[in-house]
Amino acid sequence: MSAYVVRRVLSMLLLLLLLSLVVFILFSILPTDPARLTCGKACTPEIIEANRHRLGLDLPVMQQYWEFLKGLFVGRTYAANSPDPINCSAPCLGYSFRRREEVLILIKDGLPTTIWLALGAFVFWMVAGISLGVYAAIRRGTWRDKTVMSVSLVGYSLPSFFIGLLAIFFIIIKWNLLPYPSWVPPQENPIGFLQTMILPWIILAILYAAFYMRLTRNQMLEVLGEDYIRTARAKGLPERTVIGKHALRAGLTPIVTAAGLDLAGLLGGAIIIESLFSLPGIGSLAISSVNDSDLPVIVGITLVTATFIIVANLIVDLLYAAIDPRVRLG
Amino acid sequence: MALTETAAPVASVAGRSLRQVVWSRIRHDKVAMTCLVILILLYLIAIFAPLICNLIGVDPYTFDGATISDSGGAPIGDWGGISRAHPLGVEWGTGRDILAQLLYGLRISLLIATSATIITVFLGTVIGIVSGYAGGRTDAVIGRSMDLILAFPFLLIILALSGVLTQRLSSLGVPEGNPSRILYMILVLSIFGWPYLARIVRGQVLSMREREYVEAAIAMGARTPRILFREILPNLWAPILVYATLTLPTYIATEAALSFLGIGVLPPDTSFGAMLANSVSYFSVVPSYLFIPGVVLVVLVVTFNLVGDAVRDALDPRSGRV
Repeated sequence: MSAYVVRRVLSMLLLLLLLSLVVFILFSILPTDPARLTCGKACTPEIIEANRHRLGLDLPVMQQYWEFLKGLFVGRTYAANSPDPINCSAPCLGYSFRRREEVLILIKDGLPTTIWLALGAFVFWMVAGISLGVYAAIRRGTWRDKTVMSVSLVGYSLPSFFIGLLAIFFIIIKWNLLPYPSWVPPQENPIGFLQTMILPWIILAILYAAFYMRLTRNQMLEVLGEDYIRTARAKGLPERTVIGKHALRAGLTPIVTAAGLDLAGLLGGAIIIESLFSLPGIGSLAISSVNDSDLPVIVGITLVTATFIIVANLIVDLLYAAIDPRVRLG
Repeated sequence: MALTETAAPVASVAGRSLRQVVWSRIRHDKVAMTCLVILILLYLIAIFAPLICNLIGVDPYTFDGATISDSGGAPIGDWGGISRAHPLGVEWGTGRDILAQLLYGLRISLLIATSATIITVFLGTVIGIVSGYAGGRTDAVIGRSMDLILAFPFLLIILALSGVLTQRLSSLGVPEGNPSRILYMILVLSIFGWPYLARIVRGQVLSMREREYVEAAIAMGARTPRILFREILPNLWAPILVYATLTLPTYIATEAALSFLGIGVLPPDTSFGAMLANSVSYFSVVPSYLFIPGVVLVVLVVTFNLVGDAVRDALDPRSGRV
């Protein structure tokens, strides 16, 4: 097992390194010029040129990449020889000259909102998806099953931005059931927090719940056909125990896998939902950096998000290997 | 059903190919057939949109100052100025016909989603087959590249690169403006989409390459391309077809989302996402701007998904045992 863990962790690190390189090269074709953002209105081409040189922005891409990697581990100082150097302590993900802030701090600021959004939606979709999926599987072939499956079909056909707009139109504008969304941390104003988050949670959850309903139903149908379910029933176990303990638990593995990866993906920010409901999370940060051509922030978010996904992948794989010894040999 | 099947001569049942079995299952599925007819109609409408608009007497590009108020440009009349001349109303500020925009938008949405699906299927199939059959280092390299692509936050990358890459496409000779933007969408959807299919195909090929018929082909001296594309590929069309029919609707939705975020086609052209994005400024006054493209979009995606489900059920050998 330990050999497997070492191998997987090493290949993950390699993948992360490769990913950061690809991101760097990919974004180096962008015609943005961070040096232009370093001085205010009284800018002359000479100042920009001097700043570009001081900040190392005139170096070849590979050298800039190397500086970036070094910054991750030992930190870096921009414009070291100038009167006001910019310190970016390790791990340094870069510095946004537009916002005059370290990228890591910008991401840290957005993270709580995004985590709240992701976790809340996660709870909604797992509860709804698994319970309705189990329900449909038990009632297979009846009109109840068909209703649940139709709901699921419509659910994953609804683009989130359309449901979001509908919700804003009806629930907020037309019927005044909720105030306009404005983000507050839960510890400051729990009620305002819930009023703001309830719609984003539900809308984000609809899409995922629809998918988990099908996944759970298929898993359950597969498991319910097994011999040990018949044995459990023959022993006279109550149906509740048969479904809950014998069937659901056995069918849960792929669901947990998918859930881990989906949650990790969401931690990288839900661009559409966050911008619809003006939540100041990673998704909003991402879209405003794109609009401002704030390259360091875009690179930073891309890397952090990809890291979440890769790490989640690793955790899921390791859990699998711990449960099923055959995986380790693969 | 059961009676006719037992009464039928055994030989004719045994002689049915998979294709015939699947087709007969779909033909007996009323929902699927209805959806299939709707889809064919939608494609015809999209292809002949200019003709249809001519017949109705609407045009997506003509400004109609008479239908909007002089101050502010709000449409005159309820529900965005619905009238005999403009069955679904007119656009705020320009008076352009909504129905015509919808038909032309359908054209662009279907063009992007269909082309992207075709490219995705092509890339996914070829790369998946090669990866699964070659094994070893080739497989490892392809596998890692797929991990890489799947780890990217693709929405962010697509948004960040759209400006530059559409310019690059124009400098490569693609007409500037919307043709470049449409091509960009098709390409990015395909590039971020193929690994999912390639994984499925690879898994199938792994089990197939050990089969007797592949061994026989090798023994007869068939060259690798022949084995890959004449022996193995024909056995893969079931998962590929299912994947394609379920991918198309997700591409329609993704394209709408991308247009909604502002990287889609520019006016005077439009697509569902662009129409919905425009509706944001006006929908508290003119809700039909939101409902009309939104409902059409949802109907389109649901219809595609229903057909996709039916195809999957028809291809699943276990689906008969309810």
